[in-house]
Amino acid sequence: MLLKRIALTSALVLTASAAFADCTISGRVSIIGNEFPAIQTIGAGASECTGGEVTTNLTADHQTLNVPGMQGDPAEYTSAIVANSSIVALMNDDLIRPLDDLIAEHGQDLQKSQLITIDGKVMAVAFMANAQHLVYRSDVLAKIGVDVPTTYEEMLAAAEMIRSQGIMENPVGGAYASGWNLAQEFNNMYIGMGGEFFSAGTAEVSINNAQGVATLEMMKSLSEYMNPDFLTHDSNATNAEYRAGNVALMNMWGSRAASLVEAEGVAQEVVDGMAIAGPMTVGGGNIPATTLWWDGWTVSKNISDEDAAATFIALTHAIRPEMLNEETSSQAVWLISGYEPTDASEGVIAAANAGSVPYPMLPFQGLLHTALGAELTDFMQGKEDAATALADIEAAYNAAAKEKGFL
Amino acid sequence: MKHKTFFWFFLPTAVAMLLFIAMPLVSVVMQSLFTPHEQVFKIVETCDPFGCKQSTGIDLEATNSLRAEKPLGRFAGLNIYLDRGHLASSEVAAAWLKSDGIGAFFNAIGNLPFYRAMAFTLTFTFLVTPLAIILGFVIAVSVNSLHRHLKGLVIFFSLLPMIVSPLIGSLVLFWMIDSRGILGNALQWLFQDPDLSLKASTGLTWVMLMVYGVWHTAPFAFVVFYAGLQTLPQDTLESSMIDGASRWQQIKYVVIPHIMPLVTFVALIQLMDNFRVFEPIVGFNASAHATSLSWFIFNDLAGETRLLSSASTTSVLTILGVCILLSPVLVRTWRDFNRKV
Repeated sequence: MLLKRIALTSALVLTASAAFADCTISGRVSIIGNEFPAIQTIGAGASECTGGEVTTNLTADHQTLNVPGMQGDPAEYTSAIVANSSIVALMNDDLIRPLDDLIAEHGQDLQKSQLITIDGKVMAVAFMANAQHLVYRSDVLAKIGVDVPTTYEEMLAAAEMIRSQGIMENPVGGAYASGWNLAQEFNNMYIGMGGEFFSAGTAEVSINNAQGVATLEMMKSLSEYMNPDFLTHDSNATNAEYRAGNVALMNMWGSRAASLVEAEGVAQEVVDGMAIAGPMTVGGGNIPATTLWWDGWTVSKNISDEDAAATFIALTHAIRPEMLNEETSSQAVWLISGYEPTDASEGVIAAANAGSVPYPMLPFQGLLHTALGAELTDFMQGKEDAATALADIEAAYNAAAKEKGFL
Repeated sequence: MKHKTFFWFFLPTAVAMLLFIAMPLVSVVMQSLFTPHEQVFKIVETCDPFGCKQSTGIDLEATNSLRAEKPLGRFAGLNIYLDRGHLASSEVAAAWLKSDGIGAFFNAIGNLPFYRAMAFTLTFTFLVTPLAIILGFVIAVSVNSLHRHLKGLVIFFSLLPMIVSPLIGSLVLFWMIDSRGILGNALQWLFQDPDLSLKASTGLTWVMLMVYGVWHTAPFAFVVFYAGLQTLPQDTLESSMIDGASRWQQIKYVVIPHIMPLVTFVALIQLMDNFRVFEPIVGFNASAHATSLSWFIFNDLAGETRLLSSASTTSVLTILGVCILLSPVLVRTWRDFNRKV
């Protein structure tokens, strides 16, 4: 008994010292970020540091909180965990500082590929990659005798077979909820069709073209194989449909693939049949109809150099190679040296290897995204034609961009 | 009261009103008249884990110096009010010139976000307000005639829809009316239509939102009317019974005239609340079918790039809308007041 207790205590002391040994900070650290397992791991890693106060606010509402929380001087948040889309708002308002000095002093172990460099200055440190890709039911595809689709056209053909053979009524899943999700699906498909969002070098939108029409028509065709409530289905609801065994083919986020069928009560055939493949192409194009994403951390501009150094050290500690273990490895496609890809990461890696393009980091991309999310719904419900929908989107974007001074 | 006493008595209230009502109003109006400076672009090289490329970025130094010169931004006057996201003056004019009939004109107008939102908001307001008042009155009269041992319990349950936070209430209903939910499934069985989906049709979504609106606001009307019923003059009621008035006649000639001032009060509050309908649209994920001015403000502020001027403009338009909506009731109250004096 006593021996056991001694062994346990020393084990605790050992793990504690191993964790705390290499991270001492002298300053305040306050992190805001999104809420999913990989980011919670980062938050916990930063909290291991001693010598200063470390607080985290990980919430799905991070995007509405980070700008106001970093505008004060001193800023409430010393760091925001962002992605390629959300860093733009912080850059536009000049709220994050270049990290070159801090990297020279404390960040020698970071890899060059992790550094997000804008105009020659490092503005963020990326730690994971993400993308949407195909998630399917291998047992259903085997039943209809079809190979894994590599294009959206093949996906439609497979969906028709699944429906006509009476296996599933609505075999296609898609996060087509009006708003951000629907706009993102447009972006994916439009990139796959080879479209350009803006006239080069300007903020003038240019989606009212043949690629735009083709994109909308493909989205409409797909939606005919979806649950009729698709305009209310975000990625959570789409995953629920998949878990319930109602969906056989869907374009889903890599960061959600690992935990997709872990929930309680998922039928065994769904668990066994779940499979992941790379993103699909569309309309005969070579570029996959998806976007690549990175998640990374930044350091606030409006804080003391001492707090900035503490924040940098704590977050560098959180993404050190030793943090990778069996549990954390499957949470994301880590961009940390020594990361061994797991089965769940197959889709994201395939997306990167297939030449997918990153979500554009343009100052005005967010305005187009909002306009798409609000104006696409009429077309998806069959209330207007593709050309009118695209003209509406352009008009809505133009009004917003004029107000913001982009046009 | 002497003028001096009145002044000191009223001062704290006046200061509070100035700080918390007048100042924010002035600030919102100001923000709706100014827009951010023109952004100065420059081409920068952007490198991320997926490679490097040239892209457009904002020249922060140039933008910051513009901002330092004129912190309020560019004066836009009524430009934002008249742009496509709001009153859309030029789009309406174009629609008027182009359309060959009144139907085509309304179709074109219905494609503009502001007018589409107004169509839903006004329908919602003018259906939900009277229905909630009628339902609240019926509940109040029924509860009032219950045995006193039962009253407490029934009142508590009648108030539940109001106690539950609107967002949660609408989420619960949202799941129940899903085509796989208990209510959605029951409706499919009732109408013998397996493809019936409340969420996929605009008309049914409107009905659903309005049913939710009545469900949520009726308890407020009920509570106010129930309180009013406690002061019902028993003498008048008894004499009407002696005169042989039926239950319906008692309600029509005694109860309703007695609580009429309360009906005005409830109508005022609910017109205001219903015009700002917001939570059910978010809770029911219904923005594809129904939007409101409040939802626009939310949408402007929730995007990655926030549109402050646009949101302020919508706020001012909401205030104007509420003023227009309430003016008949206010004028009537003012006349009643003058008649009494």
